[in-house]
Amino acid sequence: MKIAVLSGKGGTGKTLISVNLASAAKESVYIDCDVEEPNGHLFFKPENIKTEKVTIKIPYADEKLCTGCRKCVNFCMFHALAYVGTKLMVFEEICHSCGGCVLLCPEKALSEKDKVIGEVQKGTSETVTVITGMLNPGEASGIPIIKKLFSCSKADNKSTFIDCPPGSACIVMESIQDADYCVLVAEPTLFGAHNLNMVYDLVKLFNKPHGVVLNKCLEGENPSEKLCKEKGIRILGKIPFDSELGTINSNALISARESVKYKNMFSILLQDIIREVQHEAAINFKR
Amino acid sequence: MKIAIPVDHKNIESSVCISFGRTPYFLIYNIETKESNFLENSAANSQGGAGIKAAQTVVDSEVYALLTPRCGENAAEVINAAGVKIYKTISSSIRDNITAFEERKLSLLDDTHAG
Repeated sequence: MKIAVLSGKGGTGKTLISVNLASAAKESVYIDCDVEEPNGHLFFKPENIKTEKVTIKIPYADEKLCTGCRKCVNFCMFHALAYVGTKLMVFEEICHSCGGCVLLCPEKALSEKDKVIGEVQKGTSETVTVITGMLNPGEASGIPIIKKLFSCSKADNKSTFIDCPPGSACIVMESIQDADYCVLVAEPTLFGAHNLNMVYDLVKLFNKPHGVVLNKCLEGENPSEKLCKEKGIRILGKIPFDSELGTINSNALISARESVKYKNMFSILLQDIIREVQHEAAINFKR
Repeated sequence: MKIAIPVDHKNIESSVCISFGRTPYFLIYNIETKESNFLENSAANSQGGAGIKAAQTVVDSEVYALLTPRCGENAAEVINAAGVKIYKTISSSIRDNITAFEERKLSLLDDTHAG
């Protein structure tokens, strides 16, 4: 069972919820897909870390073979190539590794080399396997890191919690691709409701079963809750705007491990989600 | 000797464009013959790497120098590789900058920006 936790903006509580759900489960895998700023490991403080570099393919030219026809320069839609004097220039940080230039070169002057763009770290924290993706600053895309993260976790059949990057762009689509269920986290503001709507559209597009956790709930109107009611989106739970929870979290501690009260809160949420996943699986089976 | 300037319109009386990579046109001006030639910047609407493609256009027009208010680091790398000098414009008037260049009053652009 793979559960992805996502939201339309940063800071809504994706990490809070995914870290605590993974801790509330007996044995689980936590995957941090927020590769630009992974922070789940700050809470888990995993041990016995094994690191694996992630590489992409970058073209390079054999000057002796290049005739300066510029087919590659004109082909590259990202303009990662320029031809100056008698030399092909490659802008590695702009290249998206499509490999098109190499295929196109009539002189076979282009080949590919590996370039390290980040790494994947795998460790353990109590009964949780913690897998973190880290993209080096300045790199164009974290998608290769996400692919590596999932290939690293394939062998595990345990409950998996995927902490997604914020937003609804390609990198989020990559992160939820294999998820059985999507948990959308939303703040009680107009902006929060707008961002919730974005990820709601995304999970609908991907046909993913989904539910919402309303985080930082205060007295009074909650625009995100209103949106859920209007659109008939299942509300899985509400987390109050609570200074005790906030304090534990800001000290980089896991509330489900620190207090029975929060352990119960996240266990109930987890049970609800598991029930939803099983319900969806049963429906799909009948279909 | 030819020089290149990013410009807002196909007219020497128009103004210097504030962007190098996304300028709509380049003026290629011949100092000796006083001839003006306007090139369309095919990079103007590209998603990314506009500076590199615009620099390729400038380099291919075989100019001695580029006069621009700003220039990105990738574009500067291409232009420098071709041995084209980059001078910083002093105002939005195209003619004033050409005059200043002819009188050797322009200084080299020494700060390129990222992104």
